[in-house]
Amino acid sequence: MNHPLAPEQRSVGARDLAWLIASLVLVIAPHALRAPWWLTLLTLCLFGWRLYFALNRAPLPSRWLVLGVAAVAMLGVWIEFRTLFGRQSGILLLMLFAGLKLLETRTLRDAAIAVFLGYFLVITNFLYTQTIPTAAAMGAALFLLTATLIGFAAPQRAQRANLRTAGLLLAHAAPAALALFLLFPRVQGPLWGLPQDAYTAMTGLSETMSPGTLSSLALSDSIAFRAEFQGAPPPQPVRYWRGPVLWDFDGRTWSIGPGFLVDFAPPRGGRGSYRYEVVLEPHNRHWLFALETAASLPERARMSFDGQIVSGSPVRARMRYDVASVIAPEPQAKETAGTLRRALRLPQGFNPRASALAAQWRADSDDDAEVLGRAIAFLRQGQYVYTLEPPLLGEDTVDDFLFSTKAGFCEHFSSAFVFLMRAAGVPSRVVTGYQGGEANPVDSIITVRQSDAHAWAEVFLPARGWVRVDPTAAAVPGRIESGMARAVPQASELPLLMRPQLEWLRGVRDRWEAVAHKWNVWVLGYNPERQRDLLSSIGVRDADWRTLTAALFTFLGAMTLVLLAWSLRRLARPDPVQKAWRRFCRKLAARGIERAPAEGPRDFAARAARALPAARRSILRIGALYIALRYGAHATQPGVARLRRWVRAF
Amino acid sequence: MIGRLLERNPRIANWLYGFTPPERGVVELVHRRVYIVPARLGWYFGGTLLVLLVGSINYALSLGFALTFLLAGLGLVGMVHTARNLARIAASAGRAEPVFAGESAQFRLYLDGRAAFDRPAILARHLASGSQLVVDIAPRGVSEVVLAVPAPRRGWLPLGRVMLETRFPLGLFRAWSYIEPDARCLVYPRPERSPLPPYSGEAVAGALHAPTPGSDDFAGLRGYQRSDSPRHIAWKAVARSEELLTKQFAGDAAAELWLDARLLPHSLTLEQTLSRLAGWVLAADRGGAHYGLRLPGVEIAPARGDVHRAACLQALALYS
Repeated sequence: MNHPLAPEQRSVGARDLAWLIASLVLVIAPHALRAPWWLTLLTLCLFGWRLYFALNRAPLPSRWLVLGVAAVAMLGVWIEFRTLFGRQSGILLLMLFAGLKLLETRTLRDAAIAVFLGYFLVITNFLYTQTIPTAAAMGAALFLLTATLIGFAAPQRAQRANLRTAGLLLAHAAPAALALFLLFPRVQGPLWGLPQDAYTAMTGLSETMSPGTLSSLALSDSIAFRAEFQGAPPPQPVRYWRGPVLWDFDGRTWSIGPGFLVDFAPPRGGRGSYRYEVVLEPHNRHWLFALETAASLPERARMSFDGQIVSGSPVRARMRYDVASVIAPEPQAKETAGTLRRALRLPQGFNPRASALAAQWRADSDDDAEVLGRAIAFLRQGQYVYTLEPPLLGEDTVDDFLFSTKAGFCEHFSSAFVFLMRAAGVPSRVVTGYQGGEANPVDSIITVRQSDAHAWAEVFLPARGWVRVDPTAAAVPGRIESGMARAVPQASELPLLMRPQLEWLRGVRDRWEAVAHKWNVWVLGYNPERQRDLLSSIGVRDADWRTLTAALFTFLGAMTLVLLAWSLRRLARPDPVQKAWRRFCRKLAARGIERAPAEGPRDFAARAARALPAARRSILRIGALYIALRYGAHATQPGVARLRRWVRAF
Repeated sequence: MIGRLLERNPRIANWLYGFTPPERGVVELVHRRVYIVPARLGWYFGGTLLVLLVGSINYALSLGFALTFLLAGLGLVGMVHTARNLARIAASAGRAEPVFAGESAQFRLYLDGRAAFDRPAILARHLASGSQLVVDIAPRGVSEVVLAVPAPRRGWLPLGRVMLETRFPLGLFRAWSYIEPDARCLVYPRPERSPLPPYSGEAVAGALHAPTPGSDDFAGLRGYQRSDSPRHIAWKAVARSEELLTKQFAGDAAAELWLDARLLPHSLTLEQTLSRLAGWVLAADRGGAHYGLRLPGVEIAPARGDVHRAACLQALALYS
């Protein structure tokens, strides 16, 4: 049956189509920048083609042509990515399908489905970035898509009114959205395996270190984590954020090797104790970062035998945890023989000069501490250069660095140092992590970036246990005292914002990052744990999903009722003139003069005046004023007040 | 099945729909009478929400959750707004001009928005005939809906049940309400062309003594009277004098004409007889005759003019 409101029976007009295309363009704009140029161009051409058909009222292209375009584009995507089902390629195909869907959109039903596809495309943007600008852009897209959808329901209405309605609806929806966001029972994803390329974009330290690993990481301005201290943070030179510990060396690359977890035993003593909260950016590895030496572990984290803090699963979403640290605790001089043997192992046949030097030190020294002292003195006097662009090294990486190139980044220093120590018979290992971090003057939160990545060493001394030695600090003291920016010669290419000249720009950045941090913690970092914390802070402990669901439905039901009552009350609010007149009629009815349904106010007033001659003047006066207010050009405020007064007095 | 059940048991239907037809005066669509269910698009929307939710959980996307929940809230609010688009509309029926059987009765409905906001895209559909119209109601405005309802038989044609439906603003929900205003349309018998009966003798005799106005020969102008047919107004003279003037005619045809059911063959059924008589009334009126109507038990004295014509046709329409 013909139904003028059914979207499947109404064809989509040029205006609605133009709005749909405009909002879809806004949604796919961020993808278009990531996509291969030909795919962006093709999608835009499809949009333009559809608009051309709409404006010229031409019949749409045949289904076979659309299918042909789809097949060619899919082939192109496959050639580009070698897969159709990866994250990137899947999203780009979706973007393409939005264009193809428009080409076969004839009815408003198809157009509405294209809007829903647009909603879905909005969420795919969040797979790449969830920053405040992205949220703002996608909020605008959501608004436009909703206004477009409203336009479908009322094609005759001015689009400006539809935009207003969209704003009203979104404003009304906000409380429900907030309640759902806070109370909806959250589960920790993922529900199933993710595509292979889901986490390739994440940067950070890795399980291995070879010459060039850290210096390339150090060029990245992106944030590794932020730490918010209760009270003053420790000074920069002692801020060593411990990460993966590297044991095994093959002549070029250091790697983590096998490890095991141990029961955590908090260290005793130490100068200064710090409690702080870390918001860690996802890096797709297990380890968590804490200041040396951790005095407590984050919830559900474990400690490995070599002092790494590891979480149960790879960190794939921004993670928040509380942790405490002490500086320089009492030494713990216990280690198993097997571990110490591993800390001495070296590949055979590499670096003969360094090995010979180490043997010389061993022969000249009484104990391990003296060997260590000689090594530090050697680095300090060697006139080494700290640079982000180290020269290439040959087969014997340590020999080349120590005796010929004499220029390197922290991985070169730590690698060479640990090699020397092991060759001299002192157990040692490489520790990677971050050093320093910058305090934001706006909210005094310490931001640690990938450019703060660092590598140092630990040696085992029989009396003192594992001792941290920073060979980079020994060779280039400025690195630790004042950060990488001043340690590296000015000619080197530094990340833009680390250049000392751009102080004002850093001020702007600090302010922005303070806001972004709040955003990360409260919006993006809202997870099952945060939800538990929030609920227990308002007195609801151990809320399970049933409680949450019940609370949620109660709230949503109440909200709907309030909204309904509000909208109906707005309708029911009677005109004050009408109200006063009804009251007048009731008063007369009480005296036996009832108004007939068809009786107008003039006739009724005249009849009432005849029936009640005593009140004649008053009745006629009220009747005349009522007629003037109700049917006159405009009702004035004093006139309405007078009518009410007269009726009350009557 | 349910529809048939309700048809057979009007009391259940009345209880369910919340009113007893027909409703006199202004019908207000209180929210008890507004029903709402998700439209097909609403189910698609729900499916989209589910996919978005699963995607947000799987990729732990906080903004994905925010989007999903904002859209869920939007759906909920859309439901309230769809119901609001119909709630508290005051519907009243206007006058329906009489029609002849076989034509369409034009029922007028007035939908008073009575709200500070506009109410776009409201469908009014006459359930029995399927006649429908989409109207927008302006803020504090009244919209007129004209429903063309086929009138197959003479007599009173009640309007019957009318559905008001809307899907505004999002199209995700379908809200509707039934009204059955107390409106009816008079349906005259279907007129059948046939030659007029001869003038009765008494009329001819009267014509000899006092010339009565007819329509054959133009006899002059006189002032317009309300009962005069618009066809006899001298429009050219009106254009000159700005005063309504009626042309007067004289002649034999001005004699009294009795349209009597007894003049028709007895073999005709009642409906055929009434159709013939209706045809005669129209022909006599067109001819400007002075005519009366005579049916068993009904007699309308000879006269002329639109009021007389309407009275004759009404008598025929309601004759039983």
